Formats: sequence, structure tokens, C-alpha cells
Amino acid sequence: MKMIAMDGSNISFFKEGLRLDGRRADEFRPLKIEVGVLARADGSCYVEMGGNKVIAAVYGPREVHPRHLQEATRAIVRYRYNMASFSVEERKRPGPDRRSYELSKVSREALEPVIFTSYYPRSVIDVFVEVLQADAGTRTAGINAASVALADAGIPMKSMISACAAGKVADTIVLDPMKEEDNFGQADMPIAMTPTGQITLLQMDGHLTKDEFHQAMELAIKGCRDIYEIQRKSLIEKYNQLGSELAVVQEAEVL
Amino acid sequence: MTNVIAEIKKDYLYNLFLKGERADGRAFDQYREFSVERNLISKAEGSALVKLGSSQVLVGVKMQPGEPFPDTPNRGVIITNAELVPLASPVFEPGPPNETGIELARLVDRGVRESKAIDLEALCITPGKQVWIIFIDVHILDDCGNILDAASIGAIAALLTTKVPASKFGLGEDYPLPVKDIPIATTAIEFGDVIMFDPDSDEESIANTKLTVLSTADGSICGMQKSGTGVLRQEQIYRIVDIACEKAKEIREKFLEE
Repeated sequence: MKMIAMDGSNISFFKEGLRLDGRRADEFRPLKIEVGVLARADGSCYVEMGGNKVIAAVYGPREVHPRHLQEATRAIVRYRYNMASFSVEERKRPGPDRRSYELSKVSREALEPVIFTSYYPRSVIDVFVEVLQADAGTRTAGINAASVALADAGIPMKSMISACAAGKVADTIVLDPMKEEDNFGQADMPIAMTPTGQITLLQMDGHLTKDEFHQAMELAIKGCRDIYEIQRKSLIEKYNQLGSELAVVQEAEVL
Repeated sequence: MTNVIAEIKKDYLYNLFLKGERADGRAFDQYREFSVERNLISKAEGSALVKLGSSQVLVGVKMQPGEPFPDTPNRGVIITNAELVPLASPVFEPGPPNETGIELARLVDRGVRESKAIDLEALCITPGKQVWIIFIDVHILDDCGNILDAASIGAIAALLTTKVPASKFGLGEDYPLPVKDIPIATTAIEFGDVIMFDPDSDEESIANTKLTVLSTADGSICGMQKSGTGVLRQEQIYRIVDIACEKAKEIREKFLEE
């Protein structure tokens, strides 16, 4: 890779119409989803998206501690987005910072609309997301993982949530910006939505004209739709496998 | 903690919304009257008190030389903080900022930063060694709804009055802080498919969904944030963004003529 100036001014983001990692503008990075990777958690999921590696665990519904947080008519949802100190180039000081507080808030609000919280009054559904390796797009990877982990935990939900970002680099709207595109790009817009197109998370920073914003929105929505299919497949795969293992056990018992 | 609002009031407001009305008689896209009082804190390098309806937000700007971040050795630093002090609302509590306060500060910061309103490179004193650090401190005094928009107006108004205190630090004469853009935050809530701007505290407490759009003088978008536990459809978002950019323009014009 060639030298990168501090402001990224000498990067060429496109080579013969392809991006630094060979993607087209409307492609997201390779996405790998594994369901049920943690033994202690009620539900869990591991997601790799390009250079991002995140793991999500769901505990609950369970008793609320501290108790004064409990709600008489519904379960509360807590979401903790946490970055490992080694997940980024320069060591991050462990523990929550202002960024992770904000991301935890918006991520929780991205998932809460689809959770039937009224089924579990006076309880809490805890979602913990650990970013093990970061490469731009950790909040969307975290939400994708958390959504699958919630399903894995058997939490009743109206639908899944899928998240994906669109960005602007070198005046071009691209799907799922990678680190270089995020750092030196002109805009970043993560969204999350249900398969029916209800948007539960929308953030943006940078500079977009209204036309570019519409373009970015369309692209991000398309990204979410494709990610939903992969989430769905990963869940079906796990429970199909579980189903056939169960069938073998039952057969053995009959014999 | 959130505001508690009586069910009957909620029904009343909702029934009004269905008729296309709001409790205080405003149109859905109409802002409350706002005023900006500048430079009322002489100890600060810049300050502004914004009144938006009954909401009151005071923003103070302090500047001092300091070390730049290692990855941006020739750029000044902006640090934005918000205090949701308990005098401003029965639901605010003392202590370190909670996530609402952090979100508010980060959105005000995003407006100033992403609009490139401040030329950070002009704030470099000695590359790698010394740059100007701008502290933007948002103090909420009375929360009667939509303190974010008030804070964003306050922040840019305070920055526009800021004088760089160079003489105090032996760095030459004081000069006005160069400000190149006027980012404005416009916030709308969605409630039962009704979209309304500049919500007061009652309207805020019945709505599940809020969308804030930060826009710049050229009519483009420099930041956005949905908050709350509701959902928005694509066309609702487009509608909010369209009106938000219009409203921001009006606010910017009103603001400049004052």
C-alpha cells in the first residue's frame, strides 16, 4: 500500500471503478455470522464484517439490578457497546467513553422498537456487545450481531433488525465504508431497519447534499435487506442443525 | 428519567394533532419565538443565551493554548460539553452527564465540526506543540423542550462572538474567531404519523421518535441523528429533512439580521 498523507488527500479511493479492497461502490464487505457462540449467555452471536470482529451476548429477561430501574409495565432493555483496548490501532483506554455511551444509546433504540417488552414487566433484557477488532462500521456490526443474539435467546420480537452504513468518498456514494474510506471520506451514514423498511437507527456526519442523501439512503436500505437474508440463513442453519441432532437423539431413545 | 405526563393530556394532545393543531396554536412546522442575547458573560471568550419559547440555554466559549492531538498536529481542538443541571428540570439530577447529556453535547459538537464552521488549521500556533483549544460549554437553564436546537443556535452564536484571547497568553493581539458557516440543528418528532418541529416538553414526552437534522448554509446536511424507541419510514425521513433544511434557512436568516 502506498503512503497515506495525514489528511488522506493523496489517496485514490477508486482504481478502474473499484475500491481499495476491490469492491464495487454498492457492495458490502464479506459478512460472516455465527449463532450461539457463548455457552453461558442466553443468546449469542459472532459477526465478522470485513476487518470488524464483534461478539454479542443476550441475558434475560431477568431480574433488574439495581431494582429502582425496573418498570411496572414492561421489560427495560440495556445495551452496552464496549471496545476492547486492543481493537484499534492506538490502544484505547478501557472502559466506557462518551462515544460508547452515545453508541450504546442509539443501538439500544435501534433494537427496542421490535422487542415485545410488555411481555416481561419488571425485568431486564441485557445486550452486551464487545468489539474485538474494529475497522469502521462497528456499531452496525454490533447491531447485526445483537439482533441475531436476541433471536437466539428466544426473545419475542416483531422482526429482525439489520444495520449497514453508506458513505461518501471522492464524491461517490458507497456502501459499508472501510477504515480508510471512513477516516478520509466525506460522509458516513449508518442506518438500521426492519425487513419491512421501518428505520430504527439513523445517524449521519460529514457533508451530503439532499440528492446524495437520498442516494445514500437507498443504498444503505439495499445493504440492510441483503444483510437480513444472511442473518436469517445463519439462524435457520443453526436451528436446522440442532433439529437434526435432536432427531438422531430421539431416534436412539426409541430404539 | 423521563417526564411523566397524564394519559388524559396525552389523549388531548393526540386528538389535537389529528385535527392538525397543537396545544399552543402553532403550525406543525412552526418554531416558537426565539431570541439570542450575546456576550453576556464577560469572563468568557464568547457567550450566548438562547431563549426558544420558554426554554433557556446558555452557551459559553473559553479558549486556551494546549497540545494538539498526535494525529492532527497542526489543527486546533474543539471540546464540547453539556451540563443538564438540576435547576433546569425536575427530571435532571446532579452528577456526571448521563447519556442524554452526552448525546446532546456530541450533536452540538457534530454540527460545529462537520460543517467545518471553524477553520481548525487557523488555530495552530506551533505545529505539533501548541494549538488553540476551544471549549464549548452548554448550560441548560430551563428545559421546556427542544433544548438541542436551542443549544446548537447558542453554540454557533457564542462562537460568532468569540475573541481569541491571544494577548492573555502573550501570543499577540486578540482577534475574532474566524467562523465560516452557520450550522443549525432542527428537530422534529413523529407521533401517529404526525411530524412536528420544535416540540415543547409535553410533545417531547409523548413522542417515541425524534429526528435531528444538522444543516449548513449551502442547504446540505452535515449531520443527522434519530433518537427514541420508535421507527421512521423512509418517506417520513425525507419529509423531515426537506422541511428541516427550509427551517434552518429561516432560523439562519433571522439570526443574522439580529
